[in-house]
Amino acid sequence: MLNDISLLIGITLMYSTPLVFGALGGVISERSGVVNIGIEGMMTVGAFTAASVNYFSGNPWLGFIAAGAMGGLVSLLHALASVSFKADQTISGIAINLIGPGFALFFCRLLFDDATMTLPAKTLPKIFGDTNFSSSIMKNLNVDITVILGLIAAVGMWFFLYKTKWGLRVNAVGEHPAAADTMGINVSLTRYLCVIVSGILSGFGGASMTLAIISQFTPTAISGQGFIALAALIFGKWTPMGAYGACMLFGFAQALTIVLGGGKFAIPSQILSMLPYVLTIVVLILFVGRSVAPKADGVPYEKGVR
Amino acid sequence: MKTLVKVLKKPITSTFIAIIFGFLVSAFVLSLASYNPWEAFGALFKGIFSKPKYISNVIIKATPIILTGLSVAFAFKTGLFNIGAEGQYIAGTVVAVCVGAKLNLAPILQIPIVVMSGVIAGALIGGIIGFLKAKFGIHEVITSIMFNWIALYFSNYIVSTPLYHQPNSTSTFPVNESSYTMLLPKWKVSEEGMAALKPHKGLYDVMLKTDVNFGILIAVILAVLVWVLLYRSTKGYELRAVGFNRDAAEFAGINVNLNITQSMIIAGALSGLAGALVITGTSPHRISQLAAFENNGFNGLSVALIAGSSPVGCVFAGLLFGGLLYGGQSVQQAVGAPSEIINIMIGTIVFFIALTKVVPVLAEKLEKRGVNRAK
Repeated sequence: MLNDISLLIGITLMYSTPLVFGALGGVISERSGVVNIGIEGMMTVGAFTAASVNYFSGNPWLGFIAAGAMGGLVSLLHALASVSFKADQTISGIAINLIGPGFALFFCRLLFDDATMTLPAKTLPKIFGDTNFSSSIMKNLNVDITVILGLIAAVGMWFFLYKTKWGLRVNAVGEHPAAADTMGINVSLTRYLCVIVSGILSGFGGASMTLAIISQFTPTAISGQGFIALAALIFGKWTPMGAYGACMLFGFAQALTIVLGGGKFAIPSQILSMLPYVLTIVVLILFVGRSVAPKADGVPYEKGVR
Repeated sequence: MKTLVKVLKKPITSTFIAIIFGFLVSAFVLSLASYNPWEAFGALFKGIFSKPKYISNVIIKATPIILTGLSVAFAFKTGLFNIGAEGQYIAGTVVAVCVGAKLNLAPILQIPIVVMSGVIAGALIGGIIGFLKAKFGIHEVITSIMFNWIALYFSNYIVSTPLYHQPNSTSTFPVNESSYTMLLPKWKVSEEGMAALKPHKGLYDVMLKTDVNFGILIAVILAVLVWVLLYRSTKGYELRAVGFNRDAAEFAGINVNLNITQSMIIAGALSGLAGALVITGTSPHRISQLAAFENNGFNGLSVALIAGSSPVGCVFAGLLFGGLLYGGQSVQQAVGAPSEIINIMIGTIVFFIALTKVVPVLAEKLEKRGVNRAK
């Protein structure tokens, strides 16, 4: 029993971590008023960068940082389109979702002999190190270090958005950019920075897939996590802690399917796999209801337009 | 000068500029990876146009994404973001297979029943998404994403059930031949058919080696119908009013919630139709175990965006997209460059579609400057 519970906790944390990073990336971007539907693409780029840098350098931490940097670089495209060109942010985000995986697979084939996956390499450490615990409970709870990093990122973003003046400025830019502008806040710069941070976090999200959960990049390493993160962001009503909770719920449902899976019940595995998605909808109907985006979310800021 | 401004203001000009940029950027990426872009593009165009067979395959590949594109574009016009075309498409394929594999009537009854069952499956999912938004205010993007996965796993479940699973394979049984919507499918196997086509080499290849089917005709007809519905009917006016300004529409006495649900039902039906027509019109006429999405629905998003959400534009955008996807395969064979270059190209085109919205604005400025100077 205790064993099952610890397994449940371990898998929940494992599955939710890439989502946490992605969803937090979405929060910071959308809080500043830029819709970021391109999380999936940024995560894929991050996942590939992390795995290949890790393989060639032998240092997973270097891979993690490189993933953030590349995610940030890709998000610069999104920032350029949505802030400087005042383009439709949904379109630009979808473009990122096409370009990101395209680039990742293109360069993967170039670097790894025409294969669509990188070679496996050493992963990031676990929180209690590589010690081999005798009890399976401790083994289950010895989660990846990225789990802690994700939690730190969520708390950090909550503190930033609600307890610092810069956070207040970000919120102001997302709610009422014209008012923020009159107060001397640089709307474009704020949005640029937020979108770049969003890309960095999404890159970390991809990295926490290919540096912790699996040890290489494959074409299906990131398959839909970015979109689930997007859903978690809306589910969590555009707040860091809400998004974190939504990701945990999703990870928990995912863990349930695995723990319940093992042949103990006569439910077909495919039906069981639907659980996280059905559960999300049920929770939304029962508890959450209407979620309201930041007021200026998705609207390019034009100086002097009422 | 004046004509230049006029040309620049047309939305289609922006689209062409975006396509040109798509090619430029992918040429840059190709040369960065030390491939010859000219050879690659040559292979791409050869892979699309050099044989009638290829053109036929492009059209076949384009048919479902034209329909899912229409689905997304229609929802867009009514203020909804149907990112769930993928799930509705899958639902269409699954239910069409379920019905088509068990039912065996005369084609005149069988085909409409199989196709309609796919349409209804898509409409049902779309309807649930719309209803949840109208009734509980749940954002359609979340429910759409969730239903994409639910549909994927449901499809895999159907593939695994003994009722439909074809032994020693990862697929279901194909639908009965009476559901086929290819043009003269019997000619492929009959002596007379082959003999009749023999003298015409191009036609012979197209008819016998590709799945020429009626899907494209239905897609084009629906593009026109969607246009009529949106722009030439009272219902369409209501739907667009809700999309344009919910509050104003409500104030004008339009039932906003009903319109949201109806809009998603129609969008879902279009995606479901795309799935059903793929099952009836192209081999292997069955569904297989899915490890990941096949992207027929997600590609519909790009099609709708390239078309600027214009229903008729979706036909052309779908053909362009289908051509790039199909021709992209020959790039890898001919030049050795990874075929993912096509994804980069399509992504770049969509990206520049977003950017080139500034072209008409710039044209406007250019015009004003001209007027000022004339004074």
